[in-house]
Amino acid sequence: MLAFAIRRLVQAIGVMLVVALISFIMFRFVGDPVNQLVGVDTSPEDRAALREALGLNDPVLLQFGRFILRAAQLDFGISYQFKQPVAALIASRLPATLELSLVSAFFALAVGVPMGVFTGLYPRSWASRAFLAISLIGVSLPTFLIGILLIFLVSVNLGWLPSFGRGAVVDIGFGWTTGLLTTSGLQSLILPSITLGLFQMTLIMRLVRGEMLEVLRTDYIKFARARGLSRRAINFGHALKNTLVPVITITGLQVGSIIAFAIITETVFQWPGMGLMFLQAVQSVDIPIMAAYLLLIAFLFVTINFIVDLLYVAVDPRIRLGGARG
Amino acid sequence: MTPTLSVRNLRVEIPTRRGVLRAIDDLSFDIAPGEVLGMVGESGAGKSITGSAIIGLLEPPGRVAGGEIRLAGERIDHLPPERMRHVRGKRIGMIFQDPLTSLNPLYRIGEQLTETILTHEQLSGRAARDKAQRLLEEVGIPAAAERLSAYPHQFSGGMRQRVVIALALAADPQLVIADEPTTALDVSVQAQIIALLKRICADRGASVMLITHDMGVIAETADRVCVLYAGRLAEIGPVRDVVKHPQHPYTRGLMAAIPSLAGDPDEKLAQIPGSMPRLGAIPPGCAFNPRCDFAFDRCRAERPDAYPAGATQAACFLHDAKNPPPPEIAGRASEVGLGVTRAPAEVPQ
Amino acid sequence: MSDATEAAPVETAARAPGLVARLRDNDIWFSFTRSPITVISAVVTLLLLLSALFAPLIAPHDPFDPATLSIMDSFFPPAWTGEGDPRFLLGTDDQGRDILSTILYGMRISLAVGFASVLFAMVVGVTLGLLAGYLGGVVDSVIMRIADVQLTFPAILIALLIDGVARGVAGPNSYQDIVFGVLVLSIGLSFWVQYARTVRGSVLVEKNKEYVLAARLIGLRPWTIMVKHVLPNVLGPVLVIATINLALAIITEATLSFLGVGVPPTQPSLGTLIRIGNDFLFSGEWWITIFPGITLAILALSVNLLGDWLRDALNPKLR
Repeated sequence: MLAFAIRRLVQAIGVMLVVALISFIMFRFVGDPVNQLVGVDTSPEDRAALREALGLNDPVLLQFGRFILRAAQLDFGISYQFKQPVAALIASRLPATLELSLVSAFFALAVGVPMGVFTGLYPRSWASRAFLAISLIGVSLPTFLIGILLIFLVSVNLGWLPSFGRGAVVDIGFGWTTGLLTTSGLQSLILPSITLGLFQMTLIMRLVRGEMLEVLRTDYIKFARARGLSRRAINFGHALKNTLVPVITITGLQVGSIIAFAIITETVFQWPGMGLMFLQAVQSVDIPIMAAYLLLIAFLFVTINFIVDLLYVAVDPRIRLGGARG
Repeated sequence: MTPTLSVRNLRVEIPTRRGVLRAIDDLSFDIAPGEVLGMVGESGAGKSITGSAIIGLLEPPGRVAGGEIRLAGERIDHLPPERMRHVRGKRIGMIFQDPLTSLNPLYRIGEQLTETILTHEQLSGRAARDKAQRLLEEVGIPAAAERLSAYPHQFSGGMRQRVVIALALAADPQLVIADEPTTALDVSVQAQIIALLKRICADRGASVMLITHDMGVIAETADRVCVLYAGRLAEIGPVRDVVKHPQHPYTRGLMAAIPSLAGDPDEKLAQIPGSMPRLGAIPPGCAFNPRCDFAFDRCRAERPDAYPAGATQAACFLHDAKNPPPPEIAGRASEVGLGVTRAPAEVPQ
Repeated sequence: MSDATEAAPVETAARAPGLVARLRDNDIWFSFTRSPITVISAVVTLLLLLSALFAPLIAPHDPFDPATLSIMDSFFPPAWTGEGDPRFLLGTDDQGRDILSTILYGMRISLAVGFASVLFAMVVGVTLGLLAGYLGGVVDSVIMRIADVQLTFPAILIALLIDGVARGVAGPNSYQDIVFGVLVLSIGLSFWVQYARTVRGSVLVEKNKEYVLAARLIGLRPWTIMVKHVLPNVLGPVLVIATINLALAIITEATLSFLGVGVPPTQPSLGTLIRIGNDFLFSGEWWITIFPGITLAILALSVNLLGDWLRDALNPKLR
């Protein structure tokens, strides 16, 4: 168990180092950092001085080491575009993205799992077929199009919900602003969360359905039936719990991609989060923000993967107690 | 006395794209209270399907298409699902082949036991737990109280099958259907499990339907044996008679194919030529006729009923006293101990 | 009864063993005709492909010829709404361009970028897969490690990063000239992993087979063997991946263009059209964005359905 955790940790650090290297290469070699920081009328001498001061003349390996050291202290340099520290910029945008992502993930799970269970239990019913057809459309439609269609129907035609922004937010300390405590904040959250969560929802539904169909064919379900257990106990006690193991894995991985896909949703709904900022950084080649965002996403991925591995262990006694015996 | 289980003219069909397959065709047998009936046959002969049909768990699209199944006189085929559920576990227990996969890996043994007990009996949680512990002790699991909180993967195969037996007997059923209960186990523990099964059912007066292709197990355990071939009854009778004096050519071939430790090690084992037909390609007449040494015209045209044949009943025209086989066939058959041998048929008009 | 129906097709095939009969008795063709949804999506895909290919012939207007555009024609709603103009079936945009025509031309660009990036991903993936599987050792580990790390990130993020880097390297002016290349590169590079994994797996299986050994003994170079024997084997799976990826590539291109880092408005793809039209959604000119949106949805959906079917038909085990 401990060996397992350590091996995972080593892998995670490896991935982070690779991503850091990519970030560093972008940071150092795409465009000239000096040109980005000074005006056109700066003299060559001043430029050279700045170059020396930034350590850009040091050996590359030393620069990479310094980059990692700074990144570990959350120092990602100054944004070319905003002329502010990148860390502070990201910190101010992080709450919006995290709230949106978590609410979307919750929506995807809360709707996707029951739909998956239903379609797994009654694969031939009309409702199941309808769910599957909808899920196929959900997988095929680009996220931004779903967002636009939702805005068109719900905001423009029906006028029910706001179509952009976060609504009123409240600062709950540590610079964390939340939209979860105000009516307008909650209303603003609905459409973006559905847009962002829809793809994951269909994915989870299909996954749960597949696993459910698989598990219902196993011997222990047959034996549970032969013992005369109620349908309820079999379907929800025995079958569902066994489908949850892979669902946890995939959902964990999906939380990461939800955060990345937030770029699109945030653009459609003008949601003031990290994704929107990253997109603006790409458009204006604001490398420090791009590099920092890449590192942050990689860190989130790696952390979530690690947590998922631990959760996995918590659900499945076979792993927890050290493999099968006999 | 009313038999514990009475199966009459059972027919199980499986509709497929290429037509309806008859997995079980016109099968009848009884199991008396406390009796152990062995069910033998090759894979695909319909042993397991018979078991599934009795307990009402045929895999769709398979279905009982005819005949009746009575449990202690009460018809249980075509019971509504919810009532059939209370028959399963409570009145009929079932044990499957593979103990490694029969238990849900994510639940403790104790949870699975108490869950079964509480489904069928009005007990407090405490009482159910006590009963679960007694059951584990009864099936011979040491330190039962502690083992209740263990997970299935912490048990060996043999121990898991003991747990499965405890689960099947949790609600004291009248009939236990054991489907190849030892096939997946090490040879060394097979005998223990069979002995345990036999003892624990005898203690409770439960009848057993033991499905297996292992004639050795049947010979040691069963009171009577029922031989299936291609979904049809071949022969049924007391186990001694069927083993020592098989009356159906197929049973005879089956018995001759069993290796014997006492026999000459250089002697070649007998084989039955050919193989059992697929369900979609059962020949007309007797299903065994293409492989039978004694087949004659009637065997290829008509399906035999079960005729009394000595102490057993055999579905073979060799035993049709009213319409005996051609003398040449009968003569050859009687040389190997098959055929119309007893008095009434020999009396000339 | 069942015998008769089963025997019939075999008999006719025996009498006329032409191409048509062979195609008809083929399993794939059978599963195709048995699935009405697949037939419909195939027809729709074909129609969309053809209309994109022949856009200059079909389109009622040339939306990129400034001479034919008139600002007087701007913001016409669809023809059937009453206020519409019969010349513009699906209405016009802010510059008086015919929506139907811009969709037809836009689809061309979407499909061109889509096909090109799938082809690029396929070439890169198959080559790296062959190399990794055949050479093994360090090359294999390096390639597969890169693949692992890349799989951790969503394709769209990788495409955005590549796009951003390309902008930084090229500078704003020359970027406009290479934008299509960058798009193909960034979309293609985010999809190569699947091909590489499939091909590598297949190479590893084939590598130890006896015929490879035999071919070596008679002096064939192993590389030739790989290309000649392994490639045909993986053609099926690669084709399936390519079809599913085509839908993904079209969606990714549309997304990038919608985000404003893709195709420029001077040569709009479907995604660019949706982006442009999105600005008018609130002022009531819904048709400018909704029609390209529906076209994109239908295109992606039918290609996806086709890919799903192909996957099941070619390899029932691969699910």
